[in-house]
Amino acid sequence: MSDAIVTALLELADDHLVLGHRLSEWCGHAPMLEEDLALPSMGLDLIGAARVLYTRAGEIEGKGRGEDDFAYLRDERAYRNCLLVERPNGDFAQTMLRQLYFAAFMEPYWKAALGSSDAVVQGLAAKALKEVAYHIRHSAEWVIRLGDGTAESAARMAEAVVELHGYTDELFLSSEAAQAAEAAGILPGRAALRTAWEAALKPVFAEAQLDWPEKVWPQSGGRKGEHGEALGHMLAEMQVIARAHPGAVW
Amino acid sequence: MSVTDLSAAQAGARAWAAAAAVPDPEIPVVTVADLGILRAVTLRDGVAVAQVSPTYTGCPAVLAIELAVEAALRDAGFEARVERQLSPPWTTDWITEEGREKLRAYGIAPPAQAANSVRALFGESVVACPRCGSEATEKLSDFGSTPCKAQYRCRDCLEPFDHFKCI
Repeated sequence: MSDAIVTALLELADDHLVLGHRLSEWCGHAPMLEEDLALPSMGLDLIGAARVLYTRAGEIEGKGRGEDDFAYLRDERAYRNCLLVERPNGDFAQTMLRQLYFAAFMEPYWKAALGSSDAVVQGLAAKALKEVAYHIRHSAEWVIRLGDGTAESAARMAEAVVELHGYTDELFLSSEAAQAAEAAGILPGRAALRTAWEAALKPVFAEAQLDWPEKVWPQSGGRKGEHGEALGHMLAEMQVIARAHPGAVW
Repeated sequence: MSVTDLSAAQAGARAWAAAAAVPDPEIPVVTVADLGILRAVTLRDGVAVAQVSPTYTGCPAVLAIELAVEAALRDAGFEARVERQLSPPWTTDWITEEGREKLRAYGIAPPAQAANSVRALFGESVVACPRCGSEATEKLSDFGSTPCKAQYRCRDCLEPFDHFKCI
């Protein structure tokens, strides 16, 4: 039972760490100063949530593992994030659409998690709910600006939808571990959040002149540790310092 | 006078005063008490336990603040420990009046009250320029140099400025 809870918390934590790290990759590369600050700021929020969740998972596991052990000393196959968050940054259209897809899912998720039976999850939910409102607004503004922009930006935004939409289905799937955590009242169910997610996104798509894809080929496997090639490269860069200096502390 | 010679009430007051005077590492004109992130300091079995709430979940200053509070309590003669308190979540409504005035004087427009309202969270309330007081200001970005700030510009005096955003 507690194994399942730990795994379920790690799934959620991995989603946040991986996407947070992806956003940090924009630091110093964004097209303008405002975005150079905005993307890592959102990344910090996500990494902050991951830290809380890793620490809580370590407490429940009771084997002395903490946030750094989970983040830096697990291989790709042990990571349990969904595939959407590990997708490479691509261009601005892909980065912003990936963010919007995830944030629009997490908003109703955190809202439901306000009723968690776990005090740490509950406290985090209240905090993250306010932060994610900014993420939704920021990414939605960009999706609209690019989708309803020039011929070039509109084509790239439409391409981003083709590239990413198939990865969103996995957000609504609960692994066996997540189902156990849901039954215990620790984490909210995922499938029921689809209505809220679509209701948040469809008006944005309409304003951005983007077609909502009716036919998609859903991709999943992240919760079983089956990832795309991109995650291994990301983890190699993220973990190299910690692995080169085992046991080093700040 | 060493801590052991004080009454419980005096020791509690001394511990609070020591912790409350710690400045925020990013915005040193305000203290942790001004910001409302220092929730309580209690004496438990001779140990001063400070409860501190992070402003943002991932705020990099959290660790620096916790270490500074612990150090301040030790300097005041206490054995000290800091506990991170996530719930209930900190909101900008807890910034004191004095804290708001200090922010304004430092050039940071303080957050609107009732930060939990949707209007405030989405930046629809008026943000007055901290330099000239004009309300003719525009938002440049929701994100600024630290997680808690947004970037604005005054259309009258033309100065760019930070706004401590509502959360």
